Amino acid sequence: MSPSPERIGKQEFSFFLNGEAVRVQALSMERLLDVLRMELGLTGAKEGCGEGECGSCSVLINGELVNSCLVPIAQVSGARVTTIEGLALHQKLHPLQEAFLECGGAQCGICTPGMILASVHLLDKHPKPTLEQIKDGLSGNLCRCTGYMQIFEAVRKAAYGESSR
Amino acid sequence: MRADPREYQLVLADNLQATAALLAEEPGKWTPIAGGTDLMVLYAAGKLPARNLVSIWDLPELRGIEVAPEVLRIGAACTYSDLQKQEIVKGEFAMLAQAASWTGGVANQNRGTLGGNIANASPAADSLPALLAYDATLEIYSVRGVRQIPYSEFHLGYKKHALAPDELIRTICLPRKAKGTVSYCRKVGARNAQAISKVCIAGLARVANGVIEEVRIGMGSVAPVPQRLKKTEQELLGKRVGRELIEMAKRTVREQIQPIDDIRSTSEYRSTVAVNLVAEFVQKLCVEA
Amino acid sequence: MGEAGLTERHIIGMAVPRKEGRDKVTGRARYVDDMTLPGMIYGATVRSTIPRGKIKKINFGQGIPWNELVVVSASDIPCKNCIALILEDQPCLADGVVNHPEEPILLLAHEDRYLLRKAVDAVTIEYEGLAALLVMEESESKKEIVWGADNVFKSYLIEKGDVDSVWENAAHIVEGEYRTGAQEQLYIENNGVIATYNAEAGVTVWGSLQCPYYVNKALMALFGLPEQEVRVVQMETGGAFGGKEEYPSMISAHAALLAKKSGRPVKIIYDRAEDMAATTKRHPSRTRHRTAVDANGKILGGEIEIVMDGGAYATLSSVVLSRGTIHAGGPYYWPHVRIRAKAVATNTPPHGAFRGFGAPQTIFAMERHMDRIARAVGVSPIEIRKRNFLKTGMTTITEQEIREEIDLGGLLDRAAGLSKYEEKKRDFNTAKNGQKKGMGIAAFLHGSGFTGSGERYLNSVVGVEGLVDGSVRVLVSSAEFGQGTNTVLCQVAAEELAIPYELVAIAQPDTTVVPNSGPTVASRTAMIVGKLVQAAARGLKQTLVGAGLLRETYTPGEFRAACQDFVSTHGELKSYSRYDAPPGIYWDDAKYKGEAYSAFAWAVYIAEVVVDPVTYGVSVEDFVALQEIGKVLHPLLAEGQITGGVAQAIGFALYEKIAWQGGRMANNQMTNYIMPTSVDLPLIRVFFEEKGNVHGAHGAKGIGELPMDGPAPAIVNAIEDAIRIRFDSIPVLPEDIFRATNMRPSA
Repeated sequence: MSPSPERIGKQEFSFFLNGEAVRVQALSMERLLDVLRMELGLTGAKEGCGEGECGSCSVLINGELVNSCLVPIAQVSGARVTTIEGLALHQKLHPLQEAFLECGGAQCGICTPGMILASVHLLDKHPKPTLEQIKDGLSGNLCRCTGYMQIFEAVRKAAYGESSR
Repeated sequence: MRADPREYQLVLADNLQATAALLAEEPGKWTPIAGGTDLMVLYAAGKLPARNLVSIWDLPELRGIEVAPEVLRIGAACTYSDLQKQEIVKGEFAMLAQAASWTGGVANQNRGTLGGNIANASPAADSLPALLAYDATLEIYSVRGVRQIPYSEFHLGYKKHALAPDELIRTICLPRKAKGTVSYCRKVGARNAQAISKVCIAGLARVANGVIEEVRIGMGSVAPVPQRLKKTEQELLGKRVGRELIEMAKRTVREQIQPIDDIRSTSEYRSTVAVNLVAEFVQKLCVEA
Repeated sequence: MGEAGLTERHIIGMAVPRKEGRDKVTGRARYVDDMTLPGMIYGATVRSTIPRGKIKKINFGQGIPWNELVVVSASDIPCKNCIALILEDQPCLADGVVNHPEEPILLLAHEDRYLLRKAVDAVTIEYEGLAALLVMEESESKKEIVWGADNVFKSYLIEKGDVDSVWENAAHIVEGEYRTGAQEQLYIENNGVIATYNAEAGVTVWGSLQCPYYVNKALMALFGLPEQEVRVVQMETGGAFGGKEEYPSMISAHAALLAKKSGRPVKIIYDRAEDMAATTKRHPSRTRHRTAVDANGKILGGEIEIVMDGGAYATLSSVVLSRGTIHAGGPYYWPHVRIRAKAVATNTPPHGAFRGFGAPQTIFAMERHMDRIARAVGVSPIEIRKRNFLKTGMTTITEQEIREEIDLGGLLDRAAGLSKYEEKKRDFNTAKNGQKKGMGIAAFLHGSGFTGSGERYLNSVVGVEGLVDGSVRVLVSSAEFGQGTNTVLCQVAAEELAIPYELVAIAQPDTTVVPNSGPTVASRTAMIVGKLVQAAARGLKQTLVGAGLLRETYTPGEFRAACQDFVSTHGELKSYSRYDAPPGIYWDDAKYKGEAYSAFAWAVYIAEVVVDPVTYGVSVEDFVALQEIGKVLHPLLAEGQITGGVAQAIGFALYEKIAWQGGRMANNQMTNYIMPTSVDLPLIRVFFEEKGNVHGAHGAKGIGELPMDGPAPAIVNAIEDAIRIRFDSIPVLPEDIFRATNMRPSA
């Protein structure tokens, strides 16, 4: 058990958020999730569990899916962060967002930002995924509403231009 | 969030040497943090006693995977995703790639590191049985230089390991002697993903002319530390594969493990499943011999 | 399209876009934790650590600047210290006595949420422990009385025919006892609320909730305020499933009390650990069957005894028990039956609403019992059900006559075909070694809407409003929490008014804006509230026609113009419709007899499972969910309700177990409370039949809860088929299968 540090105040951290350079004043051990939601006003990432189990806080860091509730802001310096707010371009929805709408992939919507980013990441790695790959890619994102079926449809639709119907 | 960020600090050192110097300044003051998939969970629960953290996430010395003729050297901060991408890992150390795919979902695999899995020293950690089966060696780094320790000697007791307060794991070395071996690994959890293991096995054997020439079996979640089933290994060594060998192997398992009842499972279940997994391993040797 | 008549429009039955869908996929949807107010501070709750006892002393520990904290106790409650629901037995804050672990005792608030956390941890309470009852058997024994005179929240007795006469002619008497455990709703968004208070306007709360008017009623009683001084606004709600039916009244009361005392807006958001440990769960149950059947397996009659564990306070136990009791006979004909049911008190956090609301518990028992009867008689699970199914003209256990055309035998045959039941069962039974596979059936029903006179009592009101720009707005207190309320009710209004779906919006539920259309529960919204939306829309149209602004048939453009005209002239165009009970429906509350529900949805579910001989784990390989639901109002939403409900019920059957320690949930983390992930479920195959329903909008029946009832017994029936071991208690974990396999003479 080590002694407490003297109160180290906030420091400035800079990184790229949805394509733009940002600077925040934050404590080094503030979670990226909290910095996004409270300092930067981006509330798309949600806290569902605080322990990296539900994935509703998922964002992309340098194109890789991570649980932002487990990332201290000090480790984000210089990185490229993408949140759900950064997906749609000039009012035009990302194909996955369109697909989620068309296929019923969002019900209550709380898991949706994380689920869509996980799907973005999945299609980035596997542009034409099998059902197994879709299931595996989304296994870290819990959905209590859909039973996942229509989420799989949405990913298939975005990848192949049509669902299985 | 049950911790107060004002009571913690996270610093980034420039390189491995500077990190070691910091650890040596006041031994025990600083705790290295890589991807945070263990430490940040404790932190958010208000259960992280370590207040001063030094990030080893981005240190290039800890990130590489180096292929040498006799040994594969994996930087301790290699993530589970990194491991799964490496052809040589998938080819020669498939059980490690497999274990990496079991640990959490994709997001946690992108942040969780092999060194972190070792240093966190949970007996339920997914990659540790594979490291035992592959006979790994750890390179430990500090201001005093580098020392080597067989991985099998790393764990001293439940969540206690052989690192001095100013040391960190730099490299995991896997001897490239798995060619021609048969391997079998399996994790049993409460569900198919995002599950802490109830029992986990990684077994490796070399069979020639139906006789077992070499065998190592690592098992997790059945003792305070990840366990080599040495008794079983001794019984299998030099024997001919067959039905009787499976039954004999099964009989050796229970006395080597001390599984517990806990919030996830029961000791009886774990014991029996451990026996079943060993049987499946030996069965695989029979089939593939 | 020109002069399009109603019959040519296609909004009902179409997969129109979810009204709030775009906000949800772009991250713009606003849930309560996404909202802040100027000057807002945070609130937190100090809770009991023991199951039962007297509070002797409250210590405020060192190191906290207590003078900065707002502290609220029971003595700060202005009017009644209770969360008014059906009874008024549940205190808002414990006053000298605690009756369950996690019972709220004190409330704290501060602008620094990290300091707040430390302050909560710094409060230590000394208790004088009292003997506590932790399971239902202890409560039944009455070794302690912890509630009322006899620990019983409610009991029911249903008697049909003359049960005592059936035993002597029975070819078989089959007995069984079936148990279900508590289940956590596990909405991904934890409970949360923001409250403000001022002397003129009263209380305002913004919350994650299902029933704005329940919260309104509870806060009125707590504060002694009139209805219009308690404003409740529903924010986007991240899942509810019943878990936000009554609990929001408690958390809203807490935030409002802190707001009153501090003069600041107060936000309380639970973290997962607190939400799981402290809020309501599904009632654990025990159902005993004793059934007389003839030589062909036809039910002659029987006795059913149901006990549900309600936790420490009554909350909704009487209604959960009611629904469980009424569904206890399944979709079968009982010429004679006696059902004794009771809900009992234990010193655990009060249980509450969770999708299915008592029916999953008793239907689990009934469908396991049917397979037991089948085995006793020597008949297949399909045959036993066919011989006992209700048919048109027969009466249910409450003597409600089935007036609709139903063919449950045909439904079962269709499900069997879709699942390849016969072939697979044959193949599995002849397979030699390796993995054990099995097939299992569940046939069941679910009543839509409130039981008996419930809808009459709710007396729901719905409004449809024309706006100055010619668009239309639906005014209901029915909450959207993923199931599609917003979308379906706008579809209904648009269809009725013969205008485009895009021209209809729905108001955010705000008790100062919308009337009370009843709680968003009981699978009533599409069917009952939908029908009221139709009526209110019709009224709006008639107002415009009556004002000479619209002909009987019109184009959407003409409608808009008429609407704009009317509102510009009169300032407002609102049409309201109130629930009118269908004639000829009678219900006897004392005898629990009569028309329990205005409609039943019917279903047959079939599960294929495989049991792993190495790990004893069960995997569901295929799942067929076939149901008759009156009318599919929106194909995607309807299918989504079924797949989501089936997934939750698979969790109920195989994964979700509360580890109780001293009356408290010890596995209150997502790591240790296991719900299915994307790789734990089969493809859930959903099929609908639509036979209409005179009492529902466009013939719709309720479907929200139906899918929760069938999967668990279908799966456990399949496990028995696979490994010939009978499990009568859920969840069935690998450890349970291992233990049972181990106990058999030849494993």
